[in-house]
Amino acid sequence: MRKVYNKVLSVSGNVITVKAADVGYEELAEITTRRGKSLAQVIKIEEDTVSLQVFAGSRGVSTSDEVRFLGHPMQVAFSENMLGRIFNGSGVPRDGGPEIAENLIEIAGPSVNPAKRIIPKRMIRTNIPMIDVFNSLVASQKLPIFSVSGEPYNELLARIALQAEVDMIILGGIGLKFDEYMKFRNTLEAGGALNRSIIFMHTASDPVVEGLMVPDLCLAVAEKFALQGKEVLVLLTDMTNFSDALKEIAITMEQVPSNRGYPGDLYSQLASRYEKAVDFEGTGAITILAVTTMPGDDVTHPVPDNTGYITEGQFYLRNGRIEPFGSLSRLKQQVNKDSRDDHRAIMDGMIQLYAQYLETEEKRSMGFRMSPWDEKLQRYGRLFESGMMDLSVNIPLEEALDRGWSILAQCFKPEETGLRSELIKKFWPEKQQAD
Amino acid sequence: MNKQTGKIIGISGNMLTVSFEGTITQNEVGYAVRGNEKLKSEVIRIQGDKAYMQVFESTKGLKVGDRVEFTGDLLSVQLGPGLLTQIYDGLQNPLPELAEAHGFFLPRGVILDPLSKDAKWHLTPLVKAGDVVRKGHYLGWVPETQFKHYVMVPFYMDGDLTVESVEKEGDYTIDQPIVTVRDEKGQKHGLTMVFEWPVKLPVNIYKQKILPTQPLVTKARIIDTFFPVAKGGTYCIPGPFGAGKTVLQQITSRYADVDIVIIAACGERAGEIVETMREFPELVDPRTGKSLMERTIIIANTSSMPVAAREASVYTATTLGEYYRQMGLDVLLLADSTSRWAQAMRELSGRLEEIPGEEAFPAYLESRIAEFYERAGLVELFNGEQGSLTIGGTVSPAGGNFEEPVTQATLKVVGAFHGLSRERSNARRFPAIHPLDSWSKYDSFVPENNVSISRDFLEKGADVHQMMMVVGEEGTSQEDFVTYLKSEFLDAVFLQQNAFDPVDAATNPDRQTHVITQIASVLESELQFADKEEARNFFYDLRQKFIDWNYLEWQSDEFRTQEKTIQTLIKGKTQDA
Ligand SMILES: Nc1ncnc2c1ncn2[C@@H]1O[C@H](COP(=O)(O)OP(=O)(O)OP(=O)(O)O)[C@@H](O)[C@H]1O
Ligand SMILES: [Mg+2]
Repeated sequence: MRKVYNKVLSVSGNVITVKAADVGYEELAEITTRRGKSLAQVIKIEEDTVSLQVFAGSRGVSTSDEVRFLGHPMQVAFSENMLGRIFNGSGVPRDGGPEIAENLIEIAGPSVNPAKRIIPKRMIRTNIPMIDVFNSLVASQKLPIFSVSGEPYNELLARIALQAEVDMIILGGIGLKFDEYMKFRNTLEAGGALNRSIIFMHTASDPVVEGLMVPDLCLAVAEKFALQGKEVLVLLTDMTNFSDALKEIAITMEQVPSNRGYPGDLYSQLASRYEKAVDFEGTGAITILAVTTMPGDDVTHPVPDNTGYITEGQFYLRNGRIEPFGSLSRLKQQVNKDSRDDHRAIMDGMIQLYAQYLETEEKRSMGFRMSPWDEKLQRYGRLFESGMMDLSVNIPLEEALDRGWSILAQCFKPEETGLRSELIKKFWPEKQQAD
Repeated sequence: MNKQTGKIIGISGNMLTVSFEGTITQNEVGYAVRGNEKLKSEVIRIQGDKAYMQVFESTKGLKVGDRVEFTGDLLSVQLGPGLLTQIYDGLQNPLPELAEAHGFFLPRGVILDPLSKDAKWHLTPLVKAGDVVRKGHYLGWVPETQFKHYVMVPFYMDGDLTVESVEKEGDYTIDQPIVTVRDEKGQKHGLTMVFEWPVKLPVNIYKQKILPTQPLVTKARIIDTFFPVAKGGTYCIPGPFGAGKTVLQQITSRYADVDIVIIAACGERAGEIVETMREFPELVDPRTGKSLMERTIIIANTSSMPVAAREASVYTATTLGEYYRQMGLDVLLLADSTSRWAQAMRELSGRLEEIPGEEAFPAYLESRIAEFYERAGLVELFNGEQGSLTIGGTVSPAGGNFEEPVTQATLKVVGAFHGLSRERSNARRFPAIHPLDSWSKYDSFVPENNVSISRDFLEKGADVHQMMMVVGEEGTSQEDFVTYLKSEFLDAVFLQQNAFDPVDAATNPDRQTHVITQIASVLESELQFADKEEARNFFYDLRQKFIDWNYLEWQSDEFRTQEKTIQTLIKGKTQDA
């Protein structure tokens, strides 16, 4: 069996060093302390000095604690039996159910050959008009929700999970508050989605290092299911906590920080996770929806900034609504051409009018006089916000497009909308034209 | 070369510390051996009996004590016929072949031939026995897609070489010797169509470098007319995320008036390069009628691929560009994003525990960026012909703030700056190149007068806009208001360009000159309006007609008819006066 060492040379932050031989880079070890057993991962080797990050944290580690190397890197089970189950950041069940150790697979595997990727082309419908109509989500897309604490981003994520047309959901929680975790779980259960979900949950009270594994665990399992033809939706919340855990380890390892304490490889670290989103030709796909909370509501903070450079657009969640400006699905043009022939026109037209409404709003608040046109825009803006933007609106794409026409018809004459005449002929609601 | 071995004594991320005996060379390639896997690595620092090596693959599972085999060779690429249409990773591994052999994922430690060993090329020799040649001279040529691919004396051979024998015209593979030469020491060398060159050494086998003056036509109006690029010049595109850097490079790679385009997808999204990979073979190059892929090489080292190979990818791309320049061709290298390359250097520097500079970038960041762009240039070759390598790099500044080390170091060395602005991209004014902040040191093909009038209006228009934000439209004089409308008109119909419309996406030089001349005359004319509302309506109308005009085929009947409509509209307003 594997060698056991019981001389811990140093403990600093959540990193310990031991003298050991024949250890592989990124190999896993099990450390037994008075608090129990914890996994640890090799993050540096210098001659016979091995540094390990301890998942359960270094609190209570003594210099004579036993370190047993396992001879393999981090693994996770892959099995249908995982559906409906909840694991922690080390892959151990946290729902009281039995351990699952079948079919162990390595996490953080190699990346997909770009030559094997295909241009994504399937829309994932969510029944949220601000997504389906204005920024369609596409299978294999990686998209974060940029938000600030206090906003209902987890509710939004849960709702998308429930309504999205996917085969399975893998939820990764990083540093979630306990009640958020329970709410999330209960929502999935109440919506009948728990039995097609697998949850890896790291909560705020769990050791920080353990959160680092969560995205890799989720994505490794997702990848296997996708290769079996499953359409998988991976939800990661909150990637800012993940980045902060990276920062903590980097500082312990005395790496030179690049920006506000974050390590210089933050971009590569985040990219290696997000780039797991893929549409495998001929089989399944992985779509990643993540939450990135912006410290100080500042999008130039290193975490949202690096994320924006990696992902294929972003949704801004502000005041409980998905903002029409700033939010962008960079893949939407791949799917909104063939959905319905008025889709693009409604998307562009309604947003342009809403932008004009915001201008008149500004004028109004500055006390300028409102022209009849301004009044129309005012009416339109309010209807748009309640009928489209409000997150409680829950209708399929087609109905949302119809509603778009109806809102336009309630406020404007056809020629005032700037929409093409052929579309107006086809879609303009008859009855309302009178008023 | 004597082949050395060493032993791993330390591992941190993708950095190995290796103990060795004997002689090794800086930037030499070595292989870390674990079982039957060999992981390609490069020596990046030597200290006493220790070498520091960056591994171009994941180091997972490597152990202290594992053997390292040094090769004695610097990190190199193969140069020869068959490079065009290829899709390589940063180390010249062909990705489609890898996919064929290994499926969905990129296997570790697998290296395939970058050029086919079986393909036959039809050689027409250009030398005969007794000729004296030097490195870079043409020995013969083979047809490669639509080009004459010159088979050259390897760039590493020194001195006068006397041709001893030449194979007859006919079909050969790249490994068959086609010419035998004798060097000054009397030693004989059999030369094939292929040779290797170390990527980090610039190829400077030319009579002289020439100041770039001839415009490189991108067919993007705001670039060609206002911030032109010259053949052999350099330019950069910094901008925050989502501002349109990649889309701008994508359209440039399609429409630019050059012979060869090399696309280096350096540390960016895989999905983006996949679009190019999948679409280019289907797209027709209007210059040749052939598929666009036939003039293209793609180097794809995307963000989740190993970071050390990302650092190398930029050099690989540049070397391929220099190689084709030696054939007298105009080559354009598009690198997206140079910031990811700089970050790869930063990661490495951190692992080497070098003293960090600003934002933890290494102190040599500036000189590396300068060296990279210096490899561009218009050169006069041994035969008097000219070839050019133009380099355009995107920059992804942290927080979208241009006051950061990579942007600043780049601005010091490039010939043109196409700064993308968040306000313009949010307003969906694409391409989002800021018309007042950007600059170019090169000359445009458009008469200077038209450009300066236009620029003047853009500046004045921006001032009026600023003022209007404070005092409102009511507080603005009609004259100022018209100036503002004119600048907005210029912006809408000329600076902005629809990348997704087949006609509007690419505007040829004649058309650019023609249209900007019309616009300049509108800007200069004294238009009379009863009130602001009338002025606004006039310009909305004019704008709509101009945009429609932009969508019409150059010099088609519809184009001419629309032009007349526009002229009538303008005349109506000037004669009112
Ligand atoms: N010329 C254009 N015309 C129309 N839309 C554009 C244009 N350029 C960019 N866009 C829009 O902006 C989005 C982002 O553009 P792009 O991917 O080029 O940004 P980027 O600057 O490369 O961002 P990143 O730094 O994150 O890679 C595109 O998906 C597209 O929706
Ligand atoms: Mg980009």
